[in-house]
Amino acid sequence: MRISRWFAEHWVLGVALLVLGYLFLPIAVVAALSLNRPSSRLSYDFNEFTLDNWRNPCATADMCDAVLRSVQIGFLATVAATVLGTLMAFALARHRFRGRSGLNVLIFLPMATPELVMGTSLLALFVSGGVPLGFWTIVIAHVMFCVSFVVVTVKARLTGMDGRLEEAAMDLYASEWQTFRRITLPLVLPGIVAAALLAFSLSFDDFIVTNFNSGTTVTFPMYVWGAAQRGIPPQVNVIGTAMFLIALLLVLATSLRGRQARRAALVPVSAREGDRS
Amino acid sequence: MSALAHLPTGSRQPASPPKAARSERYRLLPYLLLLPGAAWLFLFFVVPLVQLAAASLYDPTGSLSTGYVLTWAFGNYPAAVQAYWPQFARSFAYAGIALLLALLMGYPLAYAIAQRAGRWKNLLLVCVIAPMFTSFLVRTLAWKTILSDNGWLVGLLRDVHLLGPDGRLLATPIAVVLGLTYNFLPFLVLPLYASLERLDHRLLEASSDLYASPLKTFRRVTLPLSMPGLIAGTLLFFIPATGDYINAELLGTPNEYMIGNVIDSAFLVRLDYPQGAALSFLLMSAILAVVFGYLRRAGTREVL
Amino acid sequence: MATENPAGDLRLANLSKTFGAFTAVDELSLTIPQGSFFALLGASGCGKTTTLRMVAGLEEPTSGQVLLGDRDITRLRPYKRPVNTVFQSYALFPHLDIFENVAFGLRRRGIRPVHGPVRQMLSLVQLDGYERRRPAQLSGGQQQRVALARALINHPQVLLLDEPLGALDLKLRRQMQIELKRIQVEVGITFVHVTHDQEEAMTMADTVAVMNAGRIEQLGTPAEIYEFPATAFVANFLGQSNLIAADVSGGNGGDLLVTAHGARFSVPSARSRADQGPVFLGVRPEKLQLAAAAGQVPAGNQHLEGSITDASYVGVSTQYLLRTGWGTELSVFVANTGAQERFAVGERVVAHWNPQHAFLLDRRADEHDRTTPVLVP
Repeated sequence: MRISRWFAEHWVLGVALLVLGYLFLPIAVVAALSLNRPSSRLSYDFNEFTLDNWRNPCATADMCDAVLRSVQIGFLATVAATVLGTLMAFALARHRFRGRSGLNVLIFLPMATPELVMGTSLLALFVSGGVPLGFWTIVIAHVMFCVSFVVVTVKARLTGMDGRLEEAAMDLYASEWQTFRRITLPLVLPGIVAAALLAFSLSFDDFIVTNFNSGTTVTFPMYVWGAAQRGIPPQVNVIGTAMFLIALLLVLATSLRGRQARRAALVPVSAREGDRS
Repeated sequence: MSALAHLPTGSRQPASPPKAARSERYRLLPYLLLLPGAAWLFLFFVVPLVQLAAASLYDPTGSLSTGYVLTWAFGNYPAAVQAYWPQFARSFAYAGIALLLALLMGYPLAYAIAQRAGRWKNLLLVCVIAPMFTSFLVRTLAWKTILSDNGWLVGLLRDVHLLGPDGRLLATPIAVVLGLTYNFLPFLVLPLYASLERLDHRLLEASSDLYASPLKTFRRVTLPLSMPGLIAGTLLFFIPATGDYINAELLGTPNEYMIGNVIDSAFLVRLDYPQGAALSFLLMSAILAVVFGYLRRAGTREVL
Repeated sequence: MATENPAGDLRLANLSKTFGAFTAVDELSLTIPQGSFFALLGASGCGKTTTLRMVAGLEEPTSGQVLLGDRDITRLRPYKRPVNTVFQSYALFPHLDIFENVAFGLRRRGIRPVHGPVRQMLSLVQLDGYERRRPAQLSGGQQQRVALARALINHPQVLLLDEPLGALDLKLRRQMQIELKRIQVEVGITFVHVTHDQEEAMTMADTVAVMNAGRIEQLGTPAEIYEFPATAFVANFLGQSNLIAADVSGGNGGDLLVTAHGARFSVPSARSRADQGPVFLGVRPEKLQLAAAAGQVPAGNQHLEGSITDASYVGVSTQYLLRTGWGTELSVFVANTGAQERFAVGERVVAHWNPQHAFLLDRRADEHDRTTPVLVP
């Protein structure tokens, strides 16, 4: 009786842990393979423990070039998409204007369109326009599919912000510009940073859209795709594991730092009335 | 009082022009803010779609080297369907099965994090997102290792006779569906989590206080209230899963190829742009039809 | 506490604000003397907050003027006005500490030094030592005082308070009412206080304006408004009133005679808002006294008979509900001084009052008796 009751109350947690295990299984394999000396180029089995791959991540030079190129593209696409998306988010959250619903559809559609369709349609445009495919066509494509995610992320932050804070600043002698710089921007910044991180990870990891618009330029996912046919160098797993660890550290650091400020900005004062001293 | 007496006519006139000038400036501001982003989306999202539509109606006998002519060749569409309907059907079938599997796993996960995790909530949430930090392709290749014929998983399944002595996982539909489920699961879990997190647990207590069994509480309270997240998550899962071809390529064989594989080769291998464009357009229309049909049944447009 | 501009009264002249078809503030004219504690009292949606926001510059009037002394500030941006606001639920900047919140206005205007005035202001609101805390770490009452300090440090000519105590619990609210009043006396700045709480308005303000549907129904000291309300709305919004529908039937020297349901009463003309036609005869529940029989009613008092239908003992008083011969229920508050006898439900009694305590209000022809229910708020 007691056991069945315990089970009834905790089975959800049990299932959740199993699913998390499923989510992490391939990551564990990637980490393990990054420490493997493969027996042959086409073998994916664990053979022998080694740190060589970590000591020498650039043993295959092509791969490091590809990683570097992905970082460059990711950086450019992130900066452009964050600027464009943030401006749009401000317009949508703070202003009334004609054509608002049409614009919302324009922003929503890229998120609901299969990447394949975005990739092929851009290819059709570039080819018919005679635009040479390469680095810059990849950047253009990445900015395009990142913008919508930036708009959504920043807009959520803006609409969650108490509008009276800006009124209070204006009441306290801050001009429109000062209000933006001293109040609005600091409060929205965590949202903009989150949007930029999201944009970078979308760009860095994109394969499908890039595949159609890269010409002969090779990004990291393109490199992995090509190598999958010939045999994956174990350094790919080093990069995979390193990306995982870096991103994890970033997330943990920002969530620890941002927790207090975020809580303070988003929870209305009345909700905190309970803990009066 | 003398000031008051002449006020209504006296000082209102000179005061209004600055006001007009100010609101004039503010009326233009939103358009200025929107212009760069909207122009980008228009140029590189809307215009390409139009170009794709045009390309799908090119003369199918043309080629990249000889050039294409827009001949309004609507025949490209039936020809494409005729040639590739199995891959179409497979795309929707695989994505549909993967969606069901993902719901079975994702709902309990989202629920547990939102309602049961307490102070571990944020950490568990990071755990859901974390696997996405490793490259999509690298993760899929890791599944190739896990599912390989001499891997421990196949060995285990053979030992318990769930697989025959020559049974395999890799290069079967199972592997492709499993890969799809895995890769898009976080897209389903996150919106679901967001709406379950807003669910007041006192509602669940009220429901059980009012004689509802846990199952009834789930059906009558939890499920309806998590509907917006469920719909958003379902779409975020289904749309990319249907258009995916990486899982089929890396974990399957040509027998498991989905429509994405066909489009990929039409554009990049066979260089048959009219057919590739027609297939892309068909894929998009099919997905939109499924999505809007689903939205109508679910009775909400909140996702927009 | 020197201000740059010569001091002046705050004046609103024919101020209106419409949102689409809805008129929030309707041709409002008002003078608020310099240095006074002024309360705008009204139910939610009556236009009081919109009025305040127009004074602050956060809302642009549809028509009319806001004047400070002889200066027209109607079209000035909020940051150009010598007016500061204590916002409802405070709007403290969550990313700045208490010191920087209070220093915000000085820094924006480039006024130096900053440290001395901020510390002085924090000690005025009794928050010394809280400089480096974040708003989220403070209790509701403390946040309220930071909001006050943040506004007062700028020495505005007018301080606007938008339901500043609304988020506090009852005990803290009483305490803050007294403190706000003390601070106002100390700094001598004009306070314009918006509230829906009549008791709060009466406790703190020198002058109260009762607003209803975008207009001011009555303006005066708390005692004037309470003792001699101008309209039925005011009579029932501030405390409770028994309003008996009546008609003026004639005059008698300094008194007006009215007839209600066949009975005749007299009211001094000085306490009448109308001298003919349909009226309300009003008496506050605590001005009514009860007697066991008509013979015990003091000479000169008006009276009417009825039976007790409810009696609730609330400590300082006993609140009775009395049903008159024609079916109207009146409330009667009898102070528990120990001198009066107590009545039980069902007993027949006589309610009587000094005619100097009654008042006459104008009444639309078709309105019936309007008495407030007996329950304490």
